[in-house]
Amino acid sequence: MTELSPVVADQRIALVDLLDRVLAGGVVIVGDVTLSIADVDLVTVSLRALVTAVSALAGDADER
Amino acid sequence: MTDEARCVWLYAVVADGAGLPADGATEIGVGVGGGRVRAVHAAGVTAIIEDVGEDEFGEAALRRNLEDLDWLERTARAHHAVIEAMAENGPVVPMRLATVYSGDDPVADMLRQRAGDLREALSRLRGRSEWGVKAYAAAPVKTRPDEHDPATGPGAAYLRRRRTELTSRTNARQDAVAGAQAVHAELSLLSVSARLYPPQAPDLAGQAAPMVLNAAYLVAEERANEFAAAVNDLTGRHRSVRLGLTGPWPPYSFVGGSETSAERR
Repeated sequence: MTELSPVVADQRIALVDLLDRVLAGGVVIVGDVTLSIADVDLVTVSLRALVTAVSALAGDADER
Repeated sequence: MTDEARCVWLYAVVADGAGLPADGATEIGVGVGGGRVRAVHAAGVTAIIEDVGEDEFGEAALRRNLEDLDWLERTARAHHAVIEAMAENGPVVPMRLATVYSGDDPVADMLRQRAGDLREALSRLRGRSEWGVKAYAAAPVKTRPDEHDPATGPGAAYLRRRRTELTSRTNARQDAVAGAQAVHAELSLLSVSARLYPPQAPDLAGQAAPMVLNAAYLVAEERANEFAAAVNDLTGRHRSVRLGLTGPWPPYSFVGGSETSAERR
């Protein structure tokens, strides 16, 4: 068995990694659904929600 | 929730027979709406769904809720938990978050219309899973706090030190990008296909260092150990980057047709 640590980090999945996948991956169906996330501005959903929350938590993030 | 308007949340499509046990709820757990996860069969494939309320998951409510980070996190984790549980039984084709139908019949229609593609995807994904690899630029080598040079004075020393710092940061970044490209090339060879995501912002990634690679790889299960070992090995060989491995994931990144490299066998 290969030694997986130290590259395998914490067990709880990071929200950003999950959102990458569930908001930008997966099969997209348009047309016959009542709403598909493809209809929603993804930048709006993921970034605005996250950035708002993160800056609220961390105060002013350092700029680069 | 009793008799309010209902709609149907779609998690994933699986092969017939790989669906829910007779009493699915006990194994799959609670879904995004707190309800029982169930199955709809048509054309030889099975959709994994849950009845959810219009008040929370209807079009207007979804648009609003998707902007609420707590709701988004809870829902994304619940969506993922069901898909991950299904993935233990066999291949899954995950649906993007917030794919909502008005009822079972439109779901069955979709299965019939897409049965060919869905079956093809299920057979392509069998015995494979997704691994995430992120690379961060390693911290630039720290410049020594300047030995004070009395000839030029503290102002010039500061400027010189600042210039050196900026140069070393730029170099570290360039080295990291090159390192990330090498890592990606090598890992691509061990995978069936690969997909690149935009790097995550440092604040969101919880890392001060800039991310230079945010990739997903579809890897045959029998090569998963080899893949993880390669990530470890690459960590040792490319000092310009720090690597992080996540997974195995259900194949979210390999069902949408936007993979960046062609299928290899």
